[in-house]
Amino acid sequence: MSKKKSIFQLLTEKPWEQDQIEADNDHQGQTVNLSKQKLGLRTLMAASTVLFSLFIVAYSDRMLVHDWRNMPEPWLLWFNTGILVISSLVFHQTVKYAKNDLFDKTKNGLYFIGFLAYSFLIGQLIVWYQLMNTGFYATSNVANAFFYLFTTIHGLHIIGGIYFWGKTTSKFIKRSLKKEEINNLIDICAVYWHFLLAVWLVLFGLMLSS
Amino acid sequence: MSDEYEHKLEAKSDYTGDASSVSTPDIDAVPDAELPDQELYHSHSWWTTYVFSQDAKYIGIQYALTAIGTGLLGLVLSWLMRIQLAWPGLGWLEPSSYYQFVTMHGMIMVVYLLTALFLGGFGNLLIPLMCGARDMAFPYVNMLSYWAFVVAVVVLLASFFVPGGPTGAGWTLYPPQAITAGTPGYNGGIILMLISLILFVAGFTMGGLNYIITVLQLRARGMTLMRLPLTIWGIFTATVLAMFAFPALLVGCLMMTLDSLLGTSFFMPAMVSLGETLTHEGGSPILFQHLFWFFGHPEVYIVALPAFGIVSDLLSVHSRKTIFGYRMMVWAIVGIGALSFFVWAHHMYVSGMNPWFGFFFATTTLIIAVPTAIKVYNWILTLWRGNIVLSLPMLFSLGFIVTFLNGGLTGLFLGNVTVDVPLSDTYFVVAHFHMVMGIAPILVVFGAIYHWYPLVTGRMMNETLGKVHFWITFIGSYAIYFPMHYQGFVGVPRRYFEIYDSPYIDVSTLLLNKFITIAVLIVGAAQLLFLYNLFASARLGKKAEKNPWKANSLEWQTPQMPPEHGNWGKELPKVYRWPYDFSVPGAKEDYIPQTQPPSEIIGAKVEKT
Repeated sequence: MSKKKSIFQLLTEKPWEQDQIEADNDHQGQTVNLSKQKLGLRTLMAASTVLFSLFIVAYSDRMLVHDWRNMPEPWLLWFNTGILVISSLVFHQTVKYAKNDLFDKTKNGLYFIGFLAYSFLIGQLIVWYQLMNTGFYATSNVANAFFYLFTTIHGLHIIGGIYFWGKTTSKFIKRSLKKEEINNLIDICAVYWHFLLAVWLVLFGLMLSS
Repeated sequence: MSDEYEHKLEAKSDYTGDASSVSTPDIDAVPDAELPDQELYHSHSWWTTYVFSQDAKYIGIQYALTAIGTGLLGLVLSWLMRIQLAWPGLGWLEPSSYYQFVTMHGMIMVVYLLTALFLGGFGNLLIPLMCGARDMAFPYVNMLSYWAFVVAVVVLLASFFVPGGPTGAGWTLYPPQAITAGTPGYNGGIILMLISLILFVAGFTMGGLNYIITVLQLRARGMTLMRLPLTIWGIFTATVLAMFAFPALLVGCLMMTLDSLLGTSFFMPAMVSLGETLTHEGGSPILFQHLFWFFGHPEVYIVALPAFGIVSDLLSVHSRKTIFGYRMMVWAIVGIGALSFFVWAHHMYVSGMNPWFGFFFATTTLIIAVPTAIKVYNWILTLWRGNIVLSLPMLFSLGFIVTFLNGGLTGLFLGNVTVDVPLSDTYFVVAHFHMVMGIAPILVVFGAIYHWYPLVTGRMMNETLGKVHFWITFIGSYAIYFPMHYQGFVGVPRRYFEIYDSPYIDVSTLLLNKFITIAVLIVGAAQLLFLYNLFASARLGKKAEKNPWKANSLEWQTPQMPPEHGNWGKELPKVYRWPYDFSVPGAKEDYIPQTQPPSEIIGAKVEKT
């Protein structure tokens, strides 16, 4: 594997010079030493970060207008945040189990993570229900609209995560992949879970602080 | 380059000097492959081969045909608009239809034709072949990407058939007017447009993921990033831009959909419409403009960068010369890509902004002209003393350089706040952006199609028809857009469906309108020649020999032409050089393919750039 190079080193190579030609002929065709799934996830997380950042910018801009009225934060949101934190911790542990070949513990960990993810979604829906029952509709104030929008987009990301969690779990249980491959997939799901926790903490913090 | 380089070259006698010292075959040796070969999906039925194909080449062709088909509709819409402008007395169009056609024409051409064709079409066709991969990194996701695009197109076209018709808000879809009574399609067409865009972004993200990962991780052995053809650099950078820019469009579309459907107030201010006070309050229309142009300006480069890359390769191949300043070209592509995120507000000078804000964006806009100018100089210097072959791709590339320069220069005018304010919303702007991101990239598209057609079909396109097509298109587009600059200067506003008898409208404007329309009809009709050529040549065209243009890049070095499933037969290619070794002194042929090992070209002395 070729040595790691910074982007500036890469871009200043002179591909027509003899030294460089000889070095380049040894190149294996990969830019970074990561599986394509892992790099793919990072690309998607980057795009997703831009998406959420733009939502936050829009939120901050719209907040300054006089008609903004803050929304209450139901205690259930704290509970849901807790669920998300726990699921991230469990995932962290599960990755370790998977690396150490502890099949049953990994399996239980994966099941528990799925349970927590569904609980989080149900919890968010209950929050919606409570808020709507107390008259906080999306139309009544734009702060509410932002809340519904943020929770929806974040929830859709979670649903996407659940889809890949389901595929990974079923592959894990069927043992249809090599150990490194399945560990790679579990690892990727874990990273995504941590990412969604981070996104939620930022969004929740933003809504709390305003 | 520098003297230092020359000394180095002379010191290296083993490669460039006499043959005796290098006759050992060891110079061809490359380390064994450390990475496993890609596992391929093999189709089982007619459906999975031709419809739900997972082969990037097929997906590329599907993308291209869908995009061109949609683009034809955009072309017909422009005919209808022009006829209305030239002979308003005919009562040809209702005002509302005119606005709807303007909107659909703009959106179709920018997003559904050019973006889809360059990234979806050429990206899918060329990335695996030029990088030396068997297929994209995630073929299934790639297929989903295409079908999401198809659904997006269908939803877009469906808006012609809903009550109220498609939206007539202009392709920028500015609220509040886009979703307020009085604008055509304010409650039906606009929703379909927004949904279609959301689908397009979702589909594109799946495709873009593939392009990025394939370029970064699945290249052939020996293919470093700096050995990639500039086509790939252009497509790759444009994809990265799109991954960062499309989220802004997504945010804008989602929030406007909610404003329209649920009655939220993200963008909608308190307003009175048709004598009634609307329930919205406090929303910020300017916020939408910022979001839209944060997408919209990079979008210009999403279209332009692949065109830059492709035209660089066409010029190099058809003038039998190394591209001038390869590294500078790569840096310019990357630099333009980075800068394109800091210029968006120059579309909003007349929306009202802090003068310092305008000053900042005028400055960045002028700075982005620097790498762009470097590219133009380098293209010209590539041609300098080259063995120019006036083949069809070369003609279109030359047409591109002139047209792009033309449109770029008017961009310098419009980038300045003080010049922009009087010219804003006149035909000068229309002429500028059609030159720079309409005609210029389209000329590259044509050049690229004539160039890579044999790769797809194994046959050549008809040269005579192609030349007729070129000259009518090239001269015709100048006949269309040069007069528009003048019309802009005398103050003819854009977006008016009829120029009324105003004292400031000179009779020349009216005559020019007729002249332009006639040119539009002729140029549009000439595209039928191209279409005939495109489809008929697949059967009737002259059989192409292998590597008909004697190009170096990998896509022409496949064992079969057109390449079959998996592209490379048993062995993946090994790459020994960059793709620009043309007319190397001492070499037997005037080109050295990237796969040619050093032992076969002993005595060839690589030319310095």
